[in-house]
Amino acid sequence: MLKRISALILAGATALTMAGCSSSDSGGSGGSSGGGADDGKLVMGFAQVGAESGWRTANTKDIQESAKTAGVELKFSDAQQKQENQIKAIRSYIQQKVDVIAFSPVVESGWDTVLKEAQNAKIPVILTDRAVDSKDTSLYKTFLGSDFVEEGKKAGQWLVDQYKDSKDDVNIVQLEGTTGSAPANDRKAGFQQVISADPKFKVIASQSGDFTRAKGKEVMEAFLKSNPKIDVLYAHNDDMGLGAIEAIEGAGKVPGKDIKIITVDAVHDGMQALADGKINYIVECSPLLGTQLMDLAKKVVKGEQVPQRVVTEETTFTQEQAKEALPNRKY
Amino acid sequence: MSRILKHRLFWPLVILVALLALNLIFTDNFFKIQMKEGHLYGSLIDIVRFGAPLILVSLGMTLVIATSGIDLSVGSVVAIAGALACLRISGLSDQNSVGGVLGAVGLALVLSVVLGAWNGFLVAGIGIQPIIATLILMVAGRGLAQLITDGQITTVNSSPYKLIGGGYWLTLPFGIIIVAVVLALTAFLTRRLALGLLIESVGGNAEASRLAGISARGVLMTVYAFCGLCAGIAGLMISSNVSSADGNNAGLWIELDAILAVVIGGTPLSGGRFSLSGTVLGALIIQTLTTTIYSIGVPPETTLLFKALVVTIVCLIQSPAFRTKVFHRRRRPMTARPAAEEKVRVSA
Repeated sequence: MLKRISALILAGATALTMAGCSSSDSGGSGGSSGGGADDGKLVMGFAQVGAESGWRTANTKDIQESAKTAGVELKFSDAQQKQENQIKAIRSYIQQKVDVIAFSPVVESGWDTVLKEAQNAKIPVILTDRAVDSKDTSLYKTFLGSDFVEEGKKAGQWLVDQYKDSKDDVNIVQLEGTTGSAPANDRKAGFQQVISADPKFKVIASQSGDFTRAKGKEVMEAFLKSNPKIDVLYAHNDDMGLGAIEAIEGAGKVPGKDIKIITVDAVHDGMQALADGKINYIVECSPLLGTQLMDLAKKVVKGEQVPQRVVTEETTFTQEQAKEALPNRKY
Repeated sequence: MSRILKHRLFWPLVILVALLALNLIFTDNFFKIQMKEGHLYGSLIDIVRFGAPLILVSLGMTLVIATSGIDLSVGSVVAIAGALACLRISGLSDQNSVGGVLGAVGLALVLSVVLGAWNGFLVAGIGIQPIIATLILMVAGRGLAQLITDGQITTVNSSPYKLIGGGYWLTLPFGIIIVAVVLALTAFLTRRLALGLLIESVGGNAEASRLAGISARGVLMTVYAFCGLCAGIAGLMISSNVSSADGNNAGLWIELDAILAVVIGGTPLSGGRFSLSGTVLGALIIQTLTTTIYSIGVPPETTLLFKALVVTIVCLIQSPAFRTKVFHRRRRPMTARPAAEEKVRVSA
């Protein structure tokens, strides 16, 4: 009985991996044998992290659509959050002799070997969204992604502008992202840099809400009880802010008025809350880097010089801007 | 006095009171409970409200552990139940229709029971070790939850659904009422009827119980299905509290907190014996600890260390052997011995 079950599981697992392969190959049904260079079409191998969030899904869709409009043949693979899958995908792109490889590293370290292999095969590599900690920066051409410190600064700047005429202390509570993650560290540091210029801005409590709504709500409930006077909430992403809004409403206060709220990301639900007046300001962290990626890829393949670091084109939203932008948002 | 000291729940209770007292030092109005917006409002209310899902999951886990099993899949079931309910509700033409919400909730709970029974089938029917059998669903279940929500956070806007985890009834958080009902029902079934005895007997020695005429398989199936149900209700609470389902993060690591709550409550992992009230205390201790960290402002970088320290202290104080060594009271060994004998007797 046990044997039969394990055979079943094995069969299932094989079917799954096969499905994975076929889906990653489906993009390259065209001229994969000749590497695609002969028909003049640029071939890009893209190794995505996974599909862990709405942000990531929007990121994937945008890259696929931009490739279509830019006339780039895209070979796409989903690593399901595992580095080994991503390395496998990159190796297979090297074997297929694609023109350019792009990927969002699952983790920061452990890429040197496979990146060397790409370098030896003379295939340029572009990092998107997340960086690697490799000391040898010649291993990749450029890193395209958001600047989290800049996002924190933008959030801080808005706050400073809002309270520039006021002399009173401004009590700020902060909902941090997952402890130790790059966006959490950088968004905190950037924000701190800007507001520390004026001592009236006081961060009276700061805790991790793990980037989730449930935790954001739970932590905010505790903040509301231990700190009687809160003027501003700064949340490292929309979801924590949305959870906190519920906590604020439960405490009989009006989010956006009694407590001003600043968040980062600009996902759909966050934008909706901003348009509804429950959030005051959102700093965008855009997943829509497809067009920029395709431009960079074309330049890199032609041998043109590109900067080592390219920041995603991002903006900020006030409540009025959100009302205008909301109908056209892709995610 | 010595009888109180000897009571199994004495030390967990001391720890809970100590944690609450710690809050009193740092936060002036920690114990203040007031009426706001027509319901009770205060830190203590928060602790029971946010602790409610954990208490539920831990209740199910207690019975599973009493059969000397373990259920690692509860976190995934939490995510699946919330995801399915939110998906159904978001598809309703009128999200506020009570019938539609009840249907969605019912469906999610049925699925939770089925998933629990699947665990039970793997453990009792096929004989896979519980930790492996439930590991399958732990890993696959989160994938299933993401499949249901399509990897997105599904947001609903339904006031009847909101009631389950975020609403109030008769000024009390509705979640607490659910917990009270489930707890009372479980206590009745296991302590007033023979079910508890059967569970302990299967946990002590499944083979001997079978020879004695107890359907060990049936008991195991029931217990795992019940654990699934509890996790399902907890999942509905968690997702209803924030009116959205997050397949990735809902109930993440809740299985570990639940196991910890059970152990703090004095139920041994070897099975054969369990304490429902102990588990409730254990879950409350964990939630109080979490709330304490937020209220007194432990820096996020050191939160885990702080938690680990407190848990270590809790476990040490809970251990009779440790207490004997440290406190060196002459009467201590006398009081510790009956407890040990009792354990031998039950598991024999």
